[in-house]
Amino acid sequence: MSGSLYVQLLDLTAGLVLVCAFVVLWRRDLAAIIRALAVQGAAVAGVAAVSGAHHRDAEPLVVAAVVFGLKAVAVPAVLRRTVGRGGDTREVTPLVNIPASLVAAAALTLVSYAATTPVVAVAPSPETRTIPIGVAVVLIGLFTLATRRKAITQIVGFLLVDNGIALIAFVATAGVPLVVELGASLDLLLAVLILQVLTVRMRTKTGGLDLDALQELRD
Amino acid sequence: MTVGDDAVAALQVLVVTGSAPLLVGVTRKVRALLEGRAGASVAQPWRDLRKLFGKERIVPEHASWVFGVAPLVVVSTVSLVAAAVPFVSTRAPLAGVGDLFTVAYLLLVGTVALALAGLDPGTAFGGMGASREMTIAALAEPTVLLAVFALSVPARSSSLARIVAATLAAPHRAVSVESLLAFAAFAVVVVAEAGRLPVDNPATHLELTMVHEAMVLEYAGPDLALVELGAAMRLVVLLGLMASLFAPWGIATTARPAQVALATLAFVAKVGVLGAALAGFEVFVAKLRLFRVPELLAASFVLALLAVTVSFFLA
Repeated sequence: MSGSLYVQLLDLTAGLVLVCAFVVLWRRDLAAIIRALAVQGAAVAGVAAVSGAHHRDAEPLVVAAVVFGLKAVAVPAVLRRTVGRGGDTREVTPLVNIPASLVAAAALTLVSYAATTPVVAVAPSPETRTIPIGVAVVLIGLFTLATRRKAITQIVGFLLVDNGIALIAFVATAGVPLVVELGASLDLLLAVLILQVLTVRMRTKTGGLDLDALQELRD
Repeated sequence: MTVGDDAVAALQVLVVTGSAPLLVGVTRKVRALLEGRAGASVAQPWRDLRKLFGKERIVPEHASWVFGVAPLVVVSTVSLVAAAVPFVSTRAPLAGVGDLFTVAYLLLVGTVALALAGLDPGTAFGGMGASREMTIAALAEPTVLLAVFALSVPARSSSLARIVAATLAAPHRAVSVESLLAFAAFAVVVVAEAGRLPVDNPATHLELTMVHEAMVLEYAGPDLALVELGAAMRLVVLLGLMASLFAPWGIATTARPAQVALATLAFVAKVGVLGAALAGFEVFVAKLRLFRVPELLAASFVLALLAVTVSFFLA
C-alpha cells in the first residue's frame, strides 16, 4: 500500500471513529445509538487492519478480525436484544440537553488535541497523529456515562471509552499482540454480558431502564 | 482564442438563472416519480414564473417600500454570488467578491431582506415566518463559515477560487477527513438555508410548519415571481458551491472556450445530480419539529468545528 493512500485510509477510519462518538451523543433513538456504536467498532477494526496491511504483518489483521467480530457484531447484537425486549426505546431526557452535549463534546475534542500535542511531538507519524482522536473518544464516553439516564446509553458510554482505548493501543504500539487483544476482548464481552443481565433484571424489577429510578432502597 | 473574465461571469449568472427553475422542476419530478406519481413537466416552474410575471402587481395596503425592494435585493445578491463563485472557471472575475466571507454574508443579506419584508405588512404569518427564518439563519451561518474555513486552511486563502484551484492541484485532498466532515456539515446547512426537508417543507402551506412560505405569503404577481426565482437561484448557488468546493473536477483553469463549455456542462450535471439526490433524500425523511432544528444545526456546527480542528492539527 502506498504511503499517501495509507495515511488517507488511516485518517478516514480514525475520523469515522470520532464521528460515530458524536452520533451517539446526537441521537435519541437507542437503536440508532447502537448502530453508531457498531459502525465505530468496525472503524476501530479498520484502523488495525489498515496498519496491518501497511506493515505487511498478519497479526494485526487477525486482531482486526477479532475486534470486528466483537465490537461490530457481537456486542451490538447483545445490546439490541436488550433494547428489543420492549419498553422505552429512546433516551428522552438526558441530564444535559443534546445541543449542549454536542458543544461539550466538541470542547472535549479540542482539549484532547491540545493535551496530547506533547505526546504526538515525541514521535510524529501518521499513526500517532490520530492519538488525540482516541483520547477524545474516551472523554466523550465518560461524558456519556455521566450525563445519560438510560442503562443502555451508559453501557454504550462504557463501550465508547473502551473503543477509544483500543484505538490508542492500535496506533501507539504498531500492533497489539494477539494474546493481549484476546484477553481484553473476552473481558469486554463478559462485562457487556453481565451488564445485560443486570439491565434485564432491572427492567423486570422496576419496569424501565432509567437509572435515576434506582436511587432509594426498597423492600 | 480566449473567453474574457467578464464573459465567464455573465455566463455563470445566465446558467444559474436559466437552470434554477429547471432544477426546482427536476426535484419535484424526482419526488413525484419516487412517490409513484407522474408529476408535472420539468419546465413547469418556468411556466409558473412566466404566468406570474404577466400578472398585475398587487401590494398590501400598509406595506412600505421595504416590501417592494426585498425581492430585488434577493435576486441581485444571489446573482452577484453567482457571478463571483468559481462555478465554471477558477479565474475569479470579481476577485474581491469571490471570498468566503463575502459570499456567506451576501447570501445572508438576501435572507434578512426577505425577513424584513415578511415583517413589513404586519401580518401574523409574516412575522412568525421571519422570526423562524432568522433563528435558522443565525444558527446556520457560523457553520457555513466554519465548514468552508476547514477547506481554506490547507489552501491558505479564503478566496473560493484559490480553494478550488488548490483542490484541483492536489486531488487527494478531496477525500481527506476534514473535507468529509466539512461536506457533512455543509450538506446540513445547505438543506437548512435552502429551506428543504427536514428543516422546512417547500411544498406546504400549513400554518404551523411553514417557514419560508409564511414569510412570502403576502407576495403576488411579479414580486412573487422574483421571490420564487431568488429562492430557486439560491438553491442552485448553494448546491453549486457544494459541488465546486468538494468535487471541483471539470472546472476550467484556463480561458479556452472548449474548456469553459465543458466546465459549464460539468456544472449543470453536478448540480442536477445533487438536486436529484436531495429530492430522493427528501422522500425518506419527515419534517423535523421546529424545536429539534437547533439540534440538527448544532450537530452540523460541531462537525464543521471538528473539520477545522482536524485540518489545523493534521496539516
